Amino acid sequence: MSESEYKLGIAQSLIGRGKISRRDFIHLGLAAGLTVTAADKLFVSTARAEPLQGGFAKLGMAHGATTDSIDPAGYPDTFTQTAFSGSMSNSLTEVDAKGNVQPDLAESFESSDGAKTWVFKLRKGATFHNGKNVTADDVVTSLRYHMGDETKSAAKPLLEPVASIKADGPESVVFTLKSGNADFPYIMSDYHLVIMPAKDGKADWGSGVRTGAFVLENFQPGVSAKLKRNPNYFKNGKPYLDEVEFIAITDLAARMAALSTGEVDYIGRADLKTLGMLKRNPKVEIVEVTGYGHYTLPMNVTVAPFDNPDVRMALKWAINRQEIVDKIFLGHATVANDNPIAPAIKFATNPQPQHSFDSEKAKHYLKKAGMEKLKVDLSVADAAFAGAVDAAALIRETAAQCGIDVNVVREAEDAYWDNVWLKKPWCASYWSGRATADWMFTQAFAADSSWNESFWKNPRFNELLVQARAETDEAKRAAMYAEMQQLTHDDGGSIVLVFNNFVSAKSNKLAHGEVAPNWENDGLKMAERWWIATA
Amino acid sequence: MNPVARTVLQRLGLGLVTLFIVSIIIFSAIAMLPGDFAKAMLGQSATPETVAAFQREIGIDRPPVERYFVWVGQMLHGDFGSSFASRTGYRRTVAEIIAPRLYNTMFLASMTALIAVPLALGLGILAALYRNGWFDRLVNAVTLTTISFPEFFVAYMLAYLVISRDTFIGSEFAQSLPHWLAVSLNWILNAVPKFPTLSNVNDQTPFWDHVWRVALPAITLTLVIVAHMMRMTRAAIINMLASPYIDMARLKGMSPMAIVLRHALPNAWAPIVTVVAFNLAYLVVGVVVVEVVFVYPGIGQLMVDAVKSRDVPVVQACALIFAATYILLNLTADIISIATNPRLLHPR
Repeated sequence: MSESEYKLGIAQSLIGRGKISRRDFIHLGLAAGLTVTAADKLFVSTARAEPLQGGFAKLGMAHGATTDSIDPAGYPDTFTQTAFSGSMSNSLTEVDAKGNVQPDLAESFESSDGAKTWVFKLRKGATFHNGKNVTADDVVTSLRYHMGDETKSAAKPLLEPVASIKADGPESVVFTLKSGNADFPYIMSDYHLVIMPAKDGKADWGSGVRTGAFVLENFQPGVSAKLKRNPNYFKNGKPYLDEVEFIAITDLAARMAALSTGEVDYIGRADLKTLGMLKRNPKVEIVEVTGYGHYTLPMNVTVAPFDNPDVRMALKWAINRQEIVDKIFLGHATVANDNPIAPAIKFATNPQPQHSFDSEKAKHYLKKAGMEKLKVDLSVADAAFAGAVDAAALIRETAAQCGIDVNVVREAEDAYWDNVWLKKPWCASYWSGRATADWMFTQAFAADSSWNESFWKNPRFNELLVQARAETDEAKRAAMYAEMQQLTHDDGGSIVLVFNNFVSAKSNKLAHGEVAPNWENDGLKMAERWWIATA
Repeated sequence: MNPVARTVLQRLGLGLVTLFIVSIIIFSAIAMLPGDFAKAMLGQSATPETVAAFQREIGIDRPPVERYFVWVGQMLHGDFGSSFASRTGYRRTVAEIIAPRLYNTMFLASMTALIAVPLALGLGILAALYRNGWFDRLVNAVTLTTISFPEFFVAYMLAYLVISRDTFIGSEFAQSLPHWLAVSLNWILNAVPKFPTLSNVNDQTPFWDHVWRVALPAITLTLVIVAHMMRMTRAAIINMLASPYIDMARLKGMSPMAIVLRHALPNAWAPIVTVVAFNLAYLVVGVVVVEVVFVYPGIGQLMVDAVKSRDVPVVQACALIFAATYILLNLTADIISIATNPRLLHPR
């Protein structure tokens, strides 16, 4: 490396901190043998790649209701999740852009006794917004908030496998699980499980004092939340923004308009139908990530005709998934294969054969089930996922070609999860996905889960689920998860239609690194991870 | 007894009975909807135990009749109760939830009324004055067109106009036009002020900023309500112009303008005021669509939110406010009708 190249390297690192001008940089670039244009391009790309400090970003969220609260027992949608969990608080761990678990408020974690005992060491020097140190007691109290008979927390089932939580000195917390779980640190990254200060032995959620990158300044439920940079944040250099405001814009057209006119710098859940028009705006960029989320059509395998595996198989072959991706999701989704584990997740496989539309195969399985014709009800509403009703209409058409008469029942959107899901024998459902195969299977496919939406109780699957959870040998685990995915694919009661993409849009003022796929809005942590690039 | 005082007392008494009936209807209607607050909040992640714990905390595990009478008891003490969104130790009263929303709604309604009412009256008077002329036809055609479109359409079109300020010249449509036409259209679009398409305000928004932010919703609502009031003004005045005393005034040699303002209008107030009151009530209770399109935190959105989450105390309070608005505005309209009509004011 020549001297001038070396200097250029140093100069590049200075750009991000705004310590070198474009002009000076181009001079150095010329000395290192670059052309003016090349040097200029390098300056711009480096300036945009290196996070800059400062600035104010307005983020338009697709949700928000007057019943919203900073209470982590709730956090029903992306507004509360992104503003209060992702920006204001920290969990013990987080999931990075590659889908791996990383320490967050914990500094490290290790297991013993066949992944049954987990010790989390807390980060030294991490403080709450009021200056108090984060201690093991705070962690224990915060997590117990989601446990026990009196809790109203949506995260209660997540902590069901935990037998006890104990503080071991001020800086480490010991979890004892009912049975081994090698993926336990992933569960600790859940957005409900944020750490709050303990007050009189209870988790103090109401003060809004947390550990996160931003401090809550003003919150109007259903309208907006404004947060200010936490100057004492424990992650070096983060956050980059000085201030963020989350604005609830539930109307799709209003969201698109707000971004087009520059009223906001980012919108979650862009309108797929008018995305083309938005792209024409030179100041707007689309951010698209294939996440873990998927749309399913669970069949209740305990009632006829779905108790017959051949009927389930016939239906799996009677659906044209590619057509649904193209026509309903306009290409912003990936065809799924009756396997709920997204390709980006560790241990994911693609069970063979790929289920696609094949009327011969569907008829073959129908005949095997001893039927010539079949009539079934499919209960749908767009409350399950946007496009569910249209997708059902397409399914009706293709199924008719296989001798299956699908009667599409349009249900009310209100109280859909209460009246239809887990109640009607065949309906539409949505899973935002989980970061690990075990987590996903445990919540939606395990025999004893209250959310086992297809009531599927395959003995081999459930045996493997427990074994794989406690297995620490990676190769053995991989083989077990492969077998489980094959089982859900062949025998399972859930038709996994597609993996949906997170499609959001931002002004070119905002910049970011690789976007995490575990939740929307960069794993809910966009406020902490994104910055304003003025170049 | 003075007829005005009698009307006021009578109407207020009847109004209270109406409010009572409304509260029963709303309460039972929500009780008939599927699901409850706890289930709506927990959604897909509800388990029977968490739902039960939630129901116990907000007291909806008790029978509906008991809950209704507890609520009526609180109301009679002037307490609107607490929203179900309250948590132990963090009470959110219905009053504190509704107050800022009601203020926003009243703000938008007043601003719209300030533009729309004088505009409608003025246009109506002019249309009556130049009836059947080109001015009359033009005003009628334009206002009838704007009232014929659904309000969300008007709202989206206005928002689109603002967006087009920046994007029109680069669009394929503009490039397909002759250059001079594209340029002049662009010039006209740029003459449109850059109104905010997002009317989100909060309690810290300064007054003039608030005015600026509600510009588009106020214009939308004006376009929607002007026709009704304008046409009624015009019709009421023209009706009066056929009376013999107007002929008398004309024979005296008064100018047409003076005839309308001094002789026709004072006798035409009653029907006009009724229509104005009706439209003002609409501005308070019926603008939820415009609120949603422009993301304006008004009371309409609050009520829709509350119905979705089955937050009964908030729904009840909103419904009572809406009913009271109708009752009071109608009462005001009647009082004005009586006060402007000597025959009603001094009955024999």
